[in-house]
Amino acid sequence: MINLTLNGLPVEVEPGTTLLEAATFLGFPIPTLCHMEGLSPYGACRLCVVEIGEGPRAKLVSSCTYRAEQGLKVRTSSARVVRARRMVIELLLASCPQSKTIQDLASAHGVRQQRFRQEHEDCIMCGRCVRMCEEQMMAKAIGFQGRGEHRRIGTPFDKRSEVCRLCGGCISVCPACQLRCTYSDPDKVICGGCANLAPPCLEKPGFDDLMCYMKPCVACEISK
Amino acid sequence: MSGVGQIVDRHLGERGELITILEEIQAKYSYLPEEALRVVSERTGRSLTDIYGVATFYKWFSLKPRGRHLLTCCLGTACHVRGAPRIADELSRQLGVRAGETTPDGEFTLETQNCLGGCALGPIVVADGHYFSNVATSAIPRILERTKEGLDRVDARTDERVFPVEVSCARCNHSLMDPGSQLEGQPAIRVTISFGQHHGWLLLSSLYGSYTIEAQHEIPFDEVANFFCPHCHAELRGASDCAMCGAPMVPMIVRGGGVVQICARRGCRAHMLDLNGSVS
Ligand code: FES
Ligand code: FES
Repeated sequence: MINLTLNGLPVEVEPGTTLLEAATFLGFPIPTLCHMEGLSPYGACRLCVVEIGEGPRAKLVSSCTYRAEQGLKVRTSSARVVRARRMVIELLLASCPQSKTIQDLASAHGVRQQRFRQEHEDCIMCGRCVRMCEEQMMAKAIGFQGRGEHRRIGTPFDKRSEVCRLCGGCISVCPACQLRCTYSDPDKVICGGCANLAPPCLEKPGFDDLMCYMKPCVACEISK
Repeated sequence: MSGVGQIVDRHLGERGELITILEEIQAKYSYLPEEALRVVSERTGRSLTDIYGVATFYKWFSLKPRGRHLLTCCLGTACHVRGAPRIADELSRQLGVRAGETTPDGEFTLETQNCLGGCALGPIVVADGHYFSNVATSAIPRILERTKEGLDRVDARTDERVFPVEVSCARCNHSLMDPGSQLEGQPAIRVTISFGQHHGWLLLSSLYGSYTIEAQHEIPFDEVANFFCPHCHAELRGASDCAMCGAPMVPMIVRGGGVVQICARRGCRAHMLDLNGSVS
């Protein structure tokens, strides 16, 4: 077992526990965005920052990826942490203001203004959909492409992926996209995969055993 | 795309195989064709999504066909402060294409990169792998001209790294030199080769380090040919295989002592000269 101090409280956790897990278990709330139970920790959004260490050596780390260490001193809402979190939210607002999730975060953390150049991205690169597709749906139909400011998420060659079964898992976990899924067809805001009356999922054998997040789904209604 | 399969098989299981495989495919086709990536995905068992991610991550990889010559202008920090943007503009003005595009005649592809590793010598322009340093706008026409002529061409009279060798057959010791056919101003080496359904003569430049050849039948890239002595008709085949591609090596006796070996694969540049060796 590992002993550490969480907000001054001595606690004991299993080796391998992340700071986020430990804090949540003990009732210290930490806001998260890219983290999701059932998906591997990713550490993309930095919303879950906590402060570790003491004095001049104290530093901010993302709690969803940081594993508990013996004797670690963790503060989950010190002034520095709160300031950093507000900044993260402000930056998220600057890139993706239309997201309900981010708006809610902003109001919950008292962010009242946004001082950066306003953009209207529909993706914050949290990678939830990519991990969902790979880790839970075993499909790997979408992934990151490009680099730097050209980094984006999509299917290879921007074509409808053969391994995608239109389960909708990627959309259901997305904290940012309001446009729902556009798949590989940028002209269409809604893919219509379900609604076009010839849903590909019906043709796939063994689809009964696969999870689907499309609700309500026309395909299912028809086949009933 | 059978060549792609071979490339993949050659590197399967190596550490960091994917990048090597992609590099070789790009060397062969000048870009990464979609079918090729699908073959790679099938053979390596990696998802196409991952492979596409890698292919789009590195600027070196291109998913669009490139022209015969590739010009890369550095726009990295060091080159930038030394005026690289002007060089890039001038290049694109003279070629009539923007960065990332290929001229309509398929001659040049212009690309920009962020740092090509020669910061102290900037602005850097790399043409077909040859670095030009301290490039001024006035030097651009000359760079384009030389690139078009072929930067890999060697001038046998001034370049000390190339020298003519005279060779003979390892079996009958008959000279393979053909004074009647000249390549690069030197008598050429004449052998007979066969590959696929074809059988015919092949002339090799006798300049050591030159890759100039002339053949009766066009040899497809990557094809491994069998080499024969035109006099005794013995197959010229060494005991060892090419260290670079695994094809057989072709040995020839060098006049004055030693053996020169060349790789039998078209496009493979492996060769070696062993002045003390003998044909085993
Ligand atoms: S939740 Fe930890 S970095 Fe996003
Ligand atoms: S910046 Fe141009 S070579 Fe480094």
